Amino acid sequence: MAYSEKVVDHYNNPRNVGSFPKDTPGVGTGLVGAPECGDVMKLQIKVDLQTGVIEDAKFKTFGCGSAIASSSLATEWLKGKTVDEAAKIKNTDIVNELKLPPVKIHCSVLAEDAIKAALADCKEKWLKAGAAAASTT
Amino acid sequence: MAVKFPIFMDAQSTTPCDPRVVEAMLPYFTERFGHPASRNHPFGWEAEGAVDAARAKIARLIGARDPKEVVFTSGGTEAINLALKGVAEMYREKGHHIVTTAIEQRAGLDTCKRLERQGCEVTSVPVQPNGLVDVDDVKKAITDKTILISVMFANNEIGTIQDIAAIGKLAKEKGIIFHTDATQAVGKIPVNAETMGIDLLSCTAHLIYGPKGVGALYVRRKGPRVRLAPMIDGGGHERGMRSGTLPVPLIVGFGRAAEICEEVMPAESARLGKLRDHLQDSILGSVDEAYLNGDPERRLPHNLNISFAYVEGESVLMGLNKETALSSGSACTSATLEPSYVIAALGASSELAHSSIRFSLHRFNTEEEVEFVAGRTIQVVKRLREMSPLYELAKEGVDLKSIRWKAE
Repeated sequence: MAYSEKVVDHYNNPRNVGSFPKDTPGVGTGLVGAPECGDVMKLQIKVDLQTGVIEDAKFKTFGCGSAIASSSLATEWLKGKTVDEAAKIKNTDIVNELKLPPVKIHCSVLAEDAIKAALADCKEKWLKAGAAAASTT
Repeated sequence: MAVKFPIFMDAQSTTPCDPRVVEAMLPYFTERFGHPASRNHPFGWEAEGAVDAARAKIARLIGARDPKEVVFTSGGTEAINLALKGVAEMYREKGHHIVTTAIEQRAGLDTCKRLERQGCEVTSVPVQPNGLVDVDDVKKAITDKTILISVMFANNEIGTIQDIAAIGKLAKEKGIIFHTDATQAVGKIPVNAETMGIDLLSCTAHLIYGPKGVGALYVRRKGPRVRLAPMIDGGGHERGMRSGTLPVPLIVGFGRAAEICEEVMPAESARLGKLRDHLQDSILGSVDEAYLNGDPERRLPHNLNISFAYVEGESVLMGLNKETALSSGSACTSATLEPSYVIAALGASSELAHSSIRFSLHRFNTEEEVEFVAGRTIQVVKRLREMSPLYELAKEGVDLKSIRWKAE
């Protein structure tokens, strides 16, 4: 199977590889997939809590080239979006952009799951921090 | 010597034709085009003579007593199908039970599945963590209805060489027909149907530097005389076991390939074994948590299979595929989207099955190529680990098994 040029580009020059400390305020972490399935993605966002804008995003992925490309692309797209806009990213957008063949669609699904999980984690931490702040005042 | 790219190190999927093989084949496409079954003119006699000479060379390579025991097929898959289905049908009155292993190639596994649907009973013997079948397990699996034992000679992924002589001896004692899929072993290591007690043996030309499209099934004629129901009916060629006009040029190539293998085997296996060991030492010496799959000793000299923990096999191949052709047990590289059942049968975690890479060397690989592949592999694995969340977690001391993964 030949890879699309965009998949090869993301594989060779992955954008935003790395990690944020999980406990930093505004950081949301999504860890999805399973080692025995051959794909695990960790996607992190750093949100400006005043504006709701995603300032930065990082990923690490265990998986095939298409999984690496899907998560790399996701971080690229997330930067500068508000959390509400980020929630609208669909796996089909990733499929179209990377021209993923049918057998690789699950990679894009996993990337969408990772985005959702990171957003949910961010929200949960924000709510908890708010509750903690409320109880101390 | 400068390395020419891409480097082929996937010789257990296929091998290039040896130029001497092509040279031997060429006249049989044009001036010597006769049908070997044409008994009444020189064109036929010439073709028949060429086929007989090739048959004798293959018989010698696999230790057959009589060249007539070699039945030509279209390849290894057909040979395996003919062996299993042919015995199941021919000996139906005697029994319906087959003993085989969990790590046979797909032709063996899928043929057994079909036979099961048709009323046969199949016992699949497990393998030990090193890939070896315990002969005692084979013995225990035998019932009074067992008509066939089918155990591969050497595995296509991990190269593990089974104790074929011991299984042959067991089969003789029990009066059961013994088939071995020797597609990966023939021409590479000593194979002897006579001394190893093999009754049926499958092999193929394209793995021994011969052409694609031709293989053979050895069918023992004496002690015991094995009979097979044919799968293809027609002119009664190949002692009635495989009808169809023989592909004379391919058979001539197969014969020449066998002849060369017999001649060079000791030197070639020593050379490839040394290169393989160097590749193995270079990689295992530079990459932590890289695990050798299969038995380190009882292994084909040209095979190396390593699982690189925390990186997925297809992504490793992708980093190498511009310069080097290898293969992986990763689900992403298989048609079935399942990770390697061979690595899984060793009891390794599925994650390690997804992470397995097979290097298989051939006659024309050089030391410089091995040097290059070792270096690039190490580089690619290290780069992928830098972007692996699993490697990061493991380095933080997190037990990956303690995480509740959200699988799709």
